[in-house]
Amino acid sequence: MDGTLHAFLDRSMRRFPDRVAIDEPHGTTITYRGLGDLADRVRDRLRHIGVEPGDRVGVYMHKSIDSVASIFGILKCGAAYVPVDPEAPPARCAFTLNDCSVTAILTESRLETALRDELAQLGAAPRILVAPPTSDAADRSKGTALAAMLDAEDAIDRAPTAETVYPSPDDLGYILYTSGSTGKPKGVMLSHRAGTSYVDWCSSVFSPTEADVFSSHAPFHFDLSILDIYLPIKHGARLVLLGESLGKEPLALAQVIAEKRISMWYSVPSILSLLAQYGKLDRHDFGALRVVNFAGEVFPVPQFHKVRAAWPHPRYVNLFGPTETNVCTYYEVPAEVPADRTQSFPIGRSCTNVVCRVVSPDGTTVAPGEEGELVVTGAGVMQGYWNLPAINAQVFLVDDDGTRWYRTGDLVVEDPADGYLFHGRRDRMVKRRGYRIELGEIEAGLATHADVREVAVVAVADPSSGTRIKAFLSVHNGERRSIVQLKQFSATHLPRYMIPDEFGFVDELPRTSTDKIDYQALKAQV
Amino acid sequence: MDAIIRTVKEFILTKFLPGEDPQSLTTSTPLISSGILDSLATLDLVAFLEDTYGIELAAHETDASRIGTLADIAKLVTSKGVVA
Repeated sequence: MDGTLHAFLDRSMRRFPDRVAIDEPHGTTITYRGLGDLADRVRDRLRHIGVEPGDRVGVYMHKSIDSVASIFGILKCGAAYVPVDPEAPPARCAFTLNDCSVTAILTESRLETALRDELAQLGAAPRILVAPPTSDAADRSKGTALAAMLDAEDAIDRAPTAETVYPSPDDLGYILYTSGSTGKPKGVMLSHRAGTSYVDWCSSVFSPTEADVFSSHAPFHFDLSILDIYLPIKHGARLVLLGESLGKEPLALAQVIAEKRISMWYSVPSILSLLAQYGKLDRHDFGALRVVNFAGEVFPVPQFHKVRAAWPHPRYVNLFGPTETNVCTYYEVPAEVPADRTQSFPIGRSCTNVVCRVVSPDGTTVAPGEEGELVVTGAGVMQGYWNLPAINAQVFLVDDDGTRWYRTGDLVVEDPADGYLFHGRRDRMVKRRGYRIELGEIEAGLATHADVREVAVVAVADPSSGTRIKAFLSVHNGERRSIVQLKQFSATHLPRYMIPDEFGFVDELPRTSTDKIDYQALKAQV
Repeated sequence: MDAIIRTVKEFILTKFLPGEDPQSLTTSTPLISSGILDSLATLDLVAFLEDTYGIELAAHETDASRIGTLADIAKLVTSKGVVA
């Protein structure tokens, strides 16, 4: 059983049955015993409706005790979980769930109707288990909404107790969907070992204990959630779930961090920047904070200075890596950073659960100091993309001995003192508020607008927001369209973090001599 | 009320919708659910309201139900005692 993600919960359930495992925004908590029992009930129900080891099961819910229990219940079936963004357009969610052929989906009543409609259009008919509205389950002394659903199902047809399945560590544990350049998200398949080896590495670097209090800022379909969920649960610590919107409310977030005595923080830098700028941090005591991890995008150093001025005492660690490797390198920011430094922090050295090297386009290792692409192998690396064999054949560099190296697309230089320095991307992927975005996916979304003839999207660095995205459109009959309407259209066809900041109108997109869209010329106009 | 709407509309058009036809932004246009204001833009708007009208907005007053449209914003600002 060791080597699986759910074994972490087994261990803490035995060692710390009465300690609080999860703390929800509105004050509801659940102990390790309670979480384990609830996950067992999910396992029993899923097995009863036909979920088999090796299946995929969707989790289409907001972050909550229920969604954590659902994840563990799915894992206990020997199945892989597929977390889906409850804030994304339902059509996109249905696509992802249908793409990996989920057998069942756990969801909430407020998301159910739109999901069923979209799945029906795709001809998909997985079993859907629906937790009742939160207001109906407001009396939490009776249990969570998920427990209420399980009670109701049991009243009709009792699910017998099923055995927990412990698959091989190399079996699929979860699939995280990321932006795809063709307009369709790609499913990154990660094994139990990929998750556990990363969590074990985190243990060695951050030395958590049951006394720690972790804050979960990222949604569960985001790879930051692997540390957020499994590291505290492995150590019997308390995980405080923060609502998806709290990261945008610095005043309220500051209050929660102080009141909950958060000791381990992990978020995208933009949340930290907003907190330092708007959170009025001098009003609270943040003495419990001991580690601040950040990942997902470049942290503008002037913004970092503001954060550290407010919180001088914790360790600050830059965790770097794509979803395909979770985190592959890390850099601990030194205690002293010159006040006039503006150069970005390094991405640092390899984590011990992976091996990194830097290669030229033909795959040969380059000398230290030369720019090349970062490639990664080892326990933390994905199995591949779900059902995309052609792309899988391209993204791995395979040695003569069969070792597979994932090509990250990140251009780096190895520095003897600081490890790897990030130099940019070799493709059109950008990071915005921690989300990775293939600009081609935005283009594909906007191209479905009836008035749009051609579209090109570019991203430029922005000192305050990190990344600014502008869409250039040429439209039928050449008349300029309403930006308000284009934003509204984007909001219904793209995740919110992909909505362009600006729209520009051109008669025709500029072309290079080889008739490709001239993105450099467009960038010069931003 | 109308003066507040005019001022805030001008701010949003200039800062977040450069080049947009002012008629596209009405008092009932959804600002947040439509993607016109993202999270950072919302914070900028809140800072603008606090500075312009000398008010302080608590966290619960800055969600989509309170500042979701120009009409909502004007109502919120006047509820703080601002005479317009």
